[in-house]
Amino acid sequence: MSAVMTSPLALSGVAVPRSALGPKGWTALMAAALSVLVLVPVLNLLVPDGSALHLSDFAVALIGKIMCYAICALAMDLIWGYTGILSLGHGLFFALGGYGMGMYLMRQIGRDGSYHADLPDFMVFLDWKTVPWHWTFSESFIAQMILVVVVPGLLAFIFGFFAFRSRIKGVYFSIITQAMTFAAMLLFFRNETGFGGNNGFTDFKRILNIPIAQPSTRMVLFVITGMTLIGFYLMARWLVNTKFGRVLQAIRDAENRVMFCGYNPLAYKLSIWTLSAVMCGIAGALYVPQVGIINPSEMSAASGIEIAIWAAVGGRATLIGPIIGAFFVNGAKSWFTQAFPEFWLYFLGALFILVTLYLPDGIVGGVKKLLNKNAEVKA
Amino acid sequence: MTPELMEEGTAALNKAKGLPSTGSESGGREAAYGRVIEPDQLDVAHGSILYLDDISVSFDGFKALNKLCLNIAVGEMRCIIGPNGAGKTTMMDVITGKTRPDAGTAFFGSTIDLLKKRENEIAQIGIGRKFQKPTVFEQLSVFENLELALKADRRARASVFFKLSSEQLDRIGEMLKLIHLKDQAQRTAGLLSHGQKQWLEIGMLLMQDPKLLLLDEPVAGMTDEETERTAELFLSLEGAHSLVVVEHDMKFINELTTRGANANRKRVTVLHEGSVLAEGTLADVQANDKVVEVYLGR
Repeated sequence: MSAVMTSPLALSGVAVPRSALGPKGWTALMAAALSVLVLVPVLNLLVPDGSALHLSDFAVALIGKIMCYAICALAMDLIWGYTGILSLGHGLFFALGGYGMGMYLMRQIGRDGSYHADLPDFMVFLDWKTVPWHWTFSESFIAQMILVVVVPGLLAFIFGFFAFRSRIKGVYFSIITQAMTFAAMLLFFRNETGFGGNNGFTDFKRILNIPIAQPSTRMVLFVITGMTLIGFYLMARWLVNTKFGRVLQAIRDAENRVMFCGYNPLAYKLSIWTLSAVMCGIAGALYVPQVGIINPSEMSAASGIEIAIWAAVGGRATLIGPIIGAFFVNGAKSWFTQAFPEFWLYFLGALFILVTLYLPDGIVGGVKKLLNKNAEVKA
Repeated sequence: MTPELMEEGTAALNKAKGLPSTGSESGGREAAYGRVIEPDQLDVAHGSILYLDDISVSFDGFKALNKLCLNIAVGEMRCIIGPNGAGKTTMMDVITGKTRPDAGTAFFGSTIDLLKKRENEIAQIGIGRKFQKPTVFEQLSVFENLELALKADRRARASVFFKLSSEQLDRIGEMLKLIHLKDQAQRTAGLLSHGQKQWLEIGMLLMQDPKLLLLDEPVAGMTDEETERTAELFLSLEGAHSLVVVEHDMKFINELTTRGANANRKRVTVLHEGSVLAEGTLADVQANDKVVEVYLGR
């Protein structure tokens, strides 16, 4: 196909449109896949504890957690970086996915809870005799995994349909997503809602009847998370290079022109918005078994804004940038909160101001600019 | 004459000629509804491509359009002039579905009611619009801008699996040549000069293959040479497309009306306070007392 496409281009003197991933890109991708699949497991499981090369369980858990965040940042990039719609509600979709997985993990505890009952501890505490209706499928792993995709997806679809149909844009859209997340947080804080109130879910014992805390289980979760991140990255890379992806960018640049070209932006915005929400839901489901807790604080205003910060720091509309941003900000957070616990929020604020002032295109944009400058000097 | 009467007439005629009766077959009805009317199919059998009647629009009590009537013929090039606030842009907003009028009717051809359609549907049935401020997709390349405007299936799923065919590629190549941006094909559209952006936007309109082009101040910010070229481009489109050109630049209007197929016979419409003040050839309009009064404030 490519040969057919390039020849008339060459004839008419038009250069070939950019390709999905260059040879360098594929090499970097293989390196990332290799380190997730081989390097980390070997360094963690096979290299002995005392060795300098040993990767601690803590480090594996941290990287695993950050990879979940990176999926969120990638989802944010599709909707914000490429389509120009800033969502502050992605924390909600993340949490919904997390709760979907958490419900299953709560049922897997079985009678090993502190009350030794069939029901999860918090239900016994509330004196409930049976599980509420929305826990109907909670014992089935497959059913809960379907819910992890369907619930955030359906919510995003319905919300997006009405918001985009009413042509709500810009800061108004951001504020409504924020409000929706806040409302959901208040709902989940209530004990009567049946999601463990402000304590949420924790103290998980097993997943698929396998002890969740044992190193091999953690490593499998880690590898699945890494592969999901790489898979989503490839999918996003493919998508933004289709005509669909270019229409998204056109919507970001001049939505009026898109409409007067005959496109209905509703379908485009709604599909990328729903996809983005589903990605966050899956990230949440991968996050919970690795971190071991899910509670309504994941829906706080701050967590939604943080996702946007990762994307902005790394570089919007670059796909790789938000992933780098998620690693950079969360890596810094992890180190800062150990070294100077009181100053983390100040640092985060300063970081965001500095990036906005000096790196408007984020880390990736800054590096690109630097490389271009060097190339010009050499030339 | 009603279809029933025509049917009876056909039957009588057939009987007289000794032909077998067509019976209940379409016979006479065929004569009355000879043209097949399909939804969204442009019907210009009556010679008119755009018909606005009694259109009124008001914003917070201010009458932007006041019983505006306008009739554009197929293949016509119509220039519209008028002082600021005369309602030129609002008129385009009504035609393209951006603004819903308070009263009046707007038809594309003789069958398509524009007031029942959304912006994207109106664009798809063949009305292209150039904005006053050049509006292109700044972050995309010139090539990609044209690719998105290219006539193709507009639905989201079709876009995911869209592949340029070699004919379409050739079309984009021809368009790049026509709008003098061939060397800039891979350049980011945001980096083009103001005049080049205007050209790109015109190119994007033409990629959609519209029947009717609405051009809002197409030569604003162009150099004299670019203006000259634009006039030539529009004159070459006349006939195959219908054009409505809104412009302040009288030199450009003069250029458009005194050359081409219908030189010196083209109609110019003057808008004032939301309705048509005068209509006629440029010379007629310029000699009109009312027009002189509005423009010079006498």
